[in-house]
Amino acid sequence: MAEVTGIKEIIKPENLVYKRTSVMTDETLHYCPGCGHGTVHRILAEIIDEEGLQSETIGITPVGCSVFLYHYLDIDSQEAAHGRAPALATAIKRLMPEKFVFTYQGDGDLAAIGTSETIHACNRGENFLIIFINNGIYGMTGGQMAPTTLPGMKSSTSPFGRDVKTMGNPLKMTDIVATLPGTYYVTRQSVHTPANVRKTKKAIRKAVQYQKLNKGTCFVEVVSNCPSNWKMTPVQANKWMEENMFPFYPLGDLKDPEKQSTEQK
Amino acid sequence: MAKIRGSIVVNIDKCKGCEVCMVSCPTGTIAMAREVNHKGYYYAYPAHPDLCIGCASCAIVCPDGVITVYKTKL
Amino acid sequence: MERELRLMKGNEAVAEAAIRAGADGYFGYPITPQSEILEYLMGANPMETTGMVVLQAESEVAAINMVYGGAGCGKKVMTSSSSPGISLKQEGITYIAGSELPCLIVNVVRGGPGLGTIQPAQSDYFQAVKGGGHGDYHLIVLAPASVQEMADFVDLGFELAFKYRNPVMMLSDGAIGQMMEKVWLSPQKERSKTVPEWATTGKPPTRERNIITSLELNPDNQEKFNQKLVEKYNRIRENEVRFEEFQCSDADYLLVAYGTSARICQKSVQLARGEGLKVGLLRPITLFPFPSKRLSELAEKVSLMISVEMSAGQMVEDVLLSVNGKVPVYHYGRMGGIVPTPDEVVAFLKSKIIGG
Repeated sequence: MAEVTGIKEIIKPENLVYKRTSVMTDETLHYCPGCGHGTVHRILAEIIDEEGLQSETIGITPVGCSVFLYHYLDIDSQEAAHGRAPALATAIKRLMPEKFVFTYQGDGDLAAIGTSETIHACNRGENFLIIFINNGIYGMTGGQMAPTTLPGMKSSTSPFGRDVKTMGNPLKMTDIVATLPGTYYVTRQSVHTPANVRKTKKAIRKAVQYQKLNKGTCFVEVVSNCPSNWKMTPVQANKWMEENMFPFYPLGDLKDPEKQSTEQK
Repeated sequence: MAKIRGSIVVNIDKCKGCEVCMVSCPTGTIAMAREVNHKGYYYAYPAHPDLCIGCASCAIVCPDGVITVYKTKL
Repeated sequence: MERELRLMKGNEAVAEAAIRAGADGYFGYPITPQSEILEYLMGANPMETTGMVVLQAESEVAAINMVYGGAGCGKKVMTSSSSPGISLKQEGITYIAGSELPCLIVNVVRGGPGLGTIQPAQSDYFQAVKGGGHGDYHLIVLAPASVQEMADFVDLGFELAFKYRNPVMMLSDGAIGQMMEKVWLSPQKERSKTVPEWATTGKPPTRERNIITSLELNPDNQEKFNQKLVEKYNRIRENEVRFEEFQCSDADYLLVAYGTSARICQKSVQLARGEGLKVGLLRPITLFPFPSKRLSELAEKVSLMISVEMSAGQMVEDVLLSVNGKVPVYHYGRMGGIVPTPDEVVAFLKSKIIGG
């Protein structure tokens, strides 16, 4: 491994404060530079590591850019057909209720072709975690319009910008599932700054705890970027996301039982 | 008051030069190299190692998980 | 425990046999003429007795993908549907075949195409036997001809599915699914506690991670995988052909029929023999693998064959391939939910004997 280091004297095992978790494999991620997928993968791996869940976890990967999640996380995984991850997870969790089960899905997978599976799993309150990466575009197939593409946003299938009159409005799946009694914890986060990464990690950790307590479906949306298909540098893409995605998809908890109980008091 | 000093190790081979770590570093420790790695990316490196406080912001925001962080009190 | 004799519908027999086979999960969606399977299981509530999961899914698509998920964990899981629903399941079935997972799919066939009719038919033969979904794959296809076989083939289906890590389809039809017959039910089996080494149940430190996928972007590797499947299908062809012969030893003429049609043809054989015509019946029990070798042998002895199906002529193509021109092969079929009468079959046979 080629590496560059800061001050050599400080680099001692006893001074270590952060290193890549062993639940992530050594394989180089295939994602484009700056893509949020890698960050969410790592957060998830860190939580599996820190909570001692590696031998209890079954992950369901989607069709989309993150189809190869199973290459990067050293856990048992199943690769679902496009949009069907919540159906797989439903059966897995019901057949093995003691295991930790999550799906990891993009906006095309979860909010277009898999809308039915998503809503019905949430409505039944299936006791697993759904991680929803929303970057408003189909990344893997080359930047086509997604159900979550913003009004006016350009993509290869909305080259003049999304015209809501003919192409429909962006679908706020997270808001929809938050209205269902089956969901327990629904939140929207991002991973483009260190502070946001910390918040997302906290959210996923909460969801893990709730799953242990059989609370029902936990749904964590991560509003993310797609520098390549947005045709921006990663830093520009993150800024664009703050200015355009966040006003439409505001960050924060949509449904948090802890907060509700505090408010009721 | 003890001064906190940090140090980072960047895995050059896996860095994709996205610069997210650079803009996230609160002390301006990190810059992008003028040479590329074997994949053709201008990789991140601690250009001003003395400024590093070991806060790990760079490492936790790195999409490719290429940064290891050390910290000590001097 | 003793076997138990009951009077049941074919659909109910499948459901009861699934519980008794120690199935871990059933995932279904209502469609006529097979809804009794889901209804029976919901009523039996086996979660309380064997721990079997029974779930009404939001669609056939979801149900088969639940089966995929459960099968990937090494569990004995199944679904059932009827023709239009089975079409919806094809996506999941090809993923299951492509990931080499065991499961049982029951198709209680009704007439098509499209929404068609709710009456019995055998028009899903091609779909069941030749693939159904995309890509090169085969299901093992079992064709029951009685309520007893609908029960028995649950256990056999699971056994073959796990033996070959391959989805198995029980290709029944609306007549056998709906009719009541006496059926001997097997004693209750325990649900299996053994975990196949490929199953995703959480990665312990003692093994590499297990991945269930049908994705392979490297064409060399994908071709190797395709070849592996071909070898498996050849092993299945070699070892798992099942059929039943009825008065074939001295036959001059041969009827070939499965399922409900085979029940009709059994009577046709009796009627024809009463008129002095030496007719036999070969009933394929496995449609894939098909009893080609036996048909080829019989083609040396008989002067013509008739494939009798409730379809426009589907299995007849496999009969033709098996016989390979040695004797004339005809198709006699009724469609649209109509079951042929034994007399009709005899009349058709006579017309061909005279005509030939």
